[in-house]
Amino acid sequence: MDLAKNNKSFDLECRDLRCNFGSFVAVDNVSFGVPEGDFFSILGPSGCGKTTILRMMAGFLEPTSGDILIKGKSVLNVPPNKRPVNMVFQHLALFPMMNVAENIAYGLIRQGVNKSDVSAKVNSALERIGLPGSGEKNIKQLSGGQQQRVAIARCLVLEPAALLLDEPLGALDLKLREHMKVELKKMQSQFDTTFVYITHDQSEALVMSNHVAVMNEGRFEQIGTPQDLYYNPNTAFVAGFVGESNRWHGRVDEVDATGIRVSTAEGVSFLAVPAGKERLAVGDAVDIFVRPESVVIAHDETRAHEMDNRLSGNVISVLFNGANSRALVREGRSGGELDVALPQTGEFSNLAVGQKVFLGWDQAQAKAFACPSGNNQGQGT
Amino acid sequence: MKYTKGFNTIVKTISGVLVSTGLIAFSAGAQAETLRLLTWGGYAPEAVVNIFEAASGIEVEVTNSNNEEMISKLRATGGAGFDLVQPSQDRISSAQIEFDIYKPINLSKINSGLMISSMLEGTKKNTTVNGKVYGVPHVWGTSALTINTDKASGIKDYTDLCDPKYAGKVTYRLKRPTLIAFAFSMGMDPFAAYNDKAKYADIMAKVEAKLKDCKSNVKAYWSGGDALINLLRSEEVVAAMAWDGSGWKLSAENPKIQTIAPTSGALGWIDTFALPKKTKAEDAAYKWINFVMQPKIAAMITEAAGNFTASKGSDAFVEESKRKLYQATFPPAAIDNINWYPPVPAGLEEMEGKVMDRVQAAK
Amino acid sequence: MNTSNAARLGLILLLAPLLVWLLALVILPHIDMLLISLRERVAPQVYERSFANYAEFFTEPLYWRTFARTAIMSISATALTLLIAFPVSYYIAKMLRGRLKGFLFLLCLVPFWVSELVRTFGWMILLRESGVISNVLQWTGLADGPVEMLYNDATIMVGLVYTSMLFMVVPLVTTLDSLEDSLVEAGYDLGGNGLTVLRTIIIPHAMPGIVSGCIVVFMLTLGNYLTPILLGGKSSMWFTAQIYTQFITRFNWELGAAFGFLLLALSSAIVWTGLKLSRQTLSESMG
Repeated sequence: MDLAKNNKSFDLECRDLRCNFGSFVAVDNVSFGVPEGDFFSILGPSGCGKTTILRMMAGFLEPTSGDILIKGKSVLNVPPNKRPVNMVFQHLALFPMMNVAENIAYGLIRQGVNKSDVSAKVNSALERIGLPGSGEKNIKQLSGGQQQRVAIARCLVLEPAALLLDEPLGALDLKLREHMKVELKKMQSQFDTTFVYITHDQSEALVMSNHVAVMNEGRFEQIGTPQDLYYNPNTAFVAGFVGESNRWHGRVDEVDATGIRVSTAEGVSFLAVPAGKERLAVGDAVDIFVRPESVVIAHDETRAHEMDNRLSGNVISVLFNGANSRALVREGRSGGELDVALPQTGEFSNLAVGQKVFLGWDQAQAKAFACPSGNNQGQGT
Repeated sequence: MKYTKGFNTIVKTISGVLVSTGLIAFSAGAQAETLRLLTWGGYAPEAVVNIFEAASGIEVEVTNSNNEEMISKLRATGGAGFDLVQPSQDRISSAQIEFDIYKPINLSKINSGLMISSMLEGTKKNTTVNGKVYGVPHVWGTSALTINTDKASGIKDYTDLCDPKYAGKVTYRLKRPTLIAFAFSMGMDPFAAYNDKAKYADIMAKVEAKLKDCKSNVKAYWSGGDALINLLRSEEVVAAMAWDGSGWKLSAENPKIQTIAPTSGALGWIDTFALPKKTKAEDAAYKWINFVMQPKIAAMITEAAGNFTASKGSDAFVEESKRKLYQATFPPAAIDNINWYPPVPAGLEEMEGKVMDRVQAAK
Repeated sequence: MNTSNAARLGLILLLAPLLVWLLALVILPHIDMLLISLRERVAPQVYERSFANYAEFFTEPLYWRTFARTAIMSISATALTLLIAFPVSYYIAKMLRGRLKGFLFLLCLVPFWVSELVRTFGWMILLRESGVISNVLQWTGLADGPVEMLYNDATIMVGLVYTSMLFMVVPLVTTLDSLEDSLVEAGYDLGGNGLTVLRTIIIPHAMPGIVSGCIVVFMLTLGNYLTPILLGGKSSMWFTAQIYTQFITRFNWELGAAFGFLLLALSSAIVWTGLKLSRQTLSESMG
């Protein structure tokens, strides 16, 4: 899915965007478009350049080369206060010297909206974010989640072409963060505005977004729907970064029409399918990723028997977490550890440490990516 | 007033304790006898102090000041903190009557043979309160006119400083000598009116009008010898009412700058030796007085201060060029014409102060 | 019981030096001064209690005009210092990083390595008719004759602002340092221009620093003695100089003491008015 080439109504578009700080390349030829009404996330580890992109879109940074278009018009020489996009800052940047209503009214007054309209708009915004009558309150009197909503409302009353959000949930505690994910998504559809969301937290990106761009070292690795990224990663980095995976490193022994056979240094042999863009040949170094939920676990060998890849081992740890319970299994032959999702049937509720189990997965569930340097790359679990 | 007195005592006791602890700490290091001298710049040059210390074993601590500060300092401590002070002879009796800060001089301990007797007698008369003498003469000089002969040869008297020809090019102090000088120059005799307040007020009113009128001519009122010398040396001003000693210093650098006795007479002052009421080194003080009045030592002081002393025969030891300058300023007739300050009666200074405030406030 | 007594004793012992200091060197002298200000000399060494010295201030136009002039010039000097110090402080606090920041901050301190007297004489050497600037102007042909820049109110202002700069820069840099960059960015992002961001975000944030800087500078300027005396012209009057004159030259401690208390009261009133007008509280600005 290549959004940049699909030239219909993008609210926001970046073309061959590049940004250097001295000799350091923070953003390296990034191109993408955000369709109208989209919830678009840029997901990547810290330092990958995602904030730089956001700041360039907001106008706080000048790109070294490339172009930024908002509603089809280049905004390269437009200062931040003239750009029809607004930003929700990481620490919200609510103005502490103003009360809630004044914070929301700030942008409206700057737009020259007349007084009575301003207060009408402020009041309706307060109502929509569930804080009616809180206009006179001091910012510090609000809870974290309420502040969040004010910060977003302050931008949305201006009806921007797009709202840029710079990890706004990072400072919240876990429970509130979970709640705000839902809230944000709700607000987006309520105000019907395009969101560009920056985060290093994959669950935030996957839960809320229509499209996610995975970024690493200044480049976009892959743009797609959350499902796309999860089930069809294009690169080893995406496979490792999005969701969790078991990973092996090995060399290709055989290539045929259905896939490849790989053997690891420990002498374990797997069937897998090539997933990256590169063609794989015999002798290539590869990384194989298998998601924990793709692994079938059984007490006896018969169930795992139908699977293309089979292993057995002993449970070394049970991580019970309701629907997301896992087991950690030490593989018998190589001594490697596997992360296995436990079915929700309750069949394994008595699983004990030291118990022998049989594991298996289909060839199609094992994704192989070329590993050019022969080293492990990216982060996996 | 009763409880005030009680409170004042407490305040004084506490401050006294604080001050004395400080002094003990301070003086603990110095074992030798010390003479704390409060004087004018140049009156106790280092060379003289060194000879005295070597000869007597008495250590001399010199503090430079002026008339008003000397009186204020002694008033604040009730006459303590110094062992010998040098106020002008006309400022002694009023301060003694008002603040009781001095101790009478034991004339038998003064080697009066070293002093010019007319000056000694004059000073004794002017500093006598209730039959006791409070001062003996040391350095004398005048307030005269110092002019740049190239550019201001027309100035002969104080009021000539107000000639529009020299607008922005003259300077004088805004202090009582200026009031007195202008009064004489305007044909009045302020000293004769010292004991007639109404008449004196009348004279001061006229002087005030003149000084306000003259203000546009003044570049700045000088406030210290350094400021005066800088103004004349840089030729930013061409004429000044000035101390003769400062004028002679400038003549040595630039012969165009000369000091003249004004036609209405220079104003003569004599700085004295007086003992603070709580002096702690009276003997050392007398030793110092008798030491510095020796002609040779007195000549050294003249070199440093720029002014002559009441020491008999010290002129002979003063450098020839200095004597020549003095003689040029004061031919015998001009010496006779000097108006010597009589003691200031109490209350006049307050009147003069307001005159000066109004002159300064005038546009 | 025992421990709390011991703790209280400890506290008293800890505070004792401070209390003695305050009592002996601040409170007692002030009470003494107050008593002096409330007496009138009727004859040599005879005094009577009276308010004559305070009445003198209000009945003699010269005195209250001197005070008014001092106050107005101090307020102007404070405003001017703020105007110059604000951009400087903003630059130091927000635009610079690391070593350069410390260096510039240190530069503001440099004038304080010499005494006030030397600093003032420095200005005199520069500004006088036969001084450096006058000569440079003549040499470059910008002036035909010597230019006198000393002895007027503008010169006093230059001297006062120069002396006060550090005391304005320090609190401003401290408060501006605590201003998050994102607040300024948000101000722009939401459509504000430079002026509105300055007016609605930066200045309100810096207000405690502005107020404390202004109070310090105003009090220092009002109490300055050397600068107005040495740089000021023949008509220059300064209230502290008037107090000095009363105490030292006129031997009128009574009037001098009364002036001292009037200065304290009137300057406090001016500061209080300033706080009311800017809707700040003292504890907020000094805390």
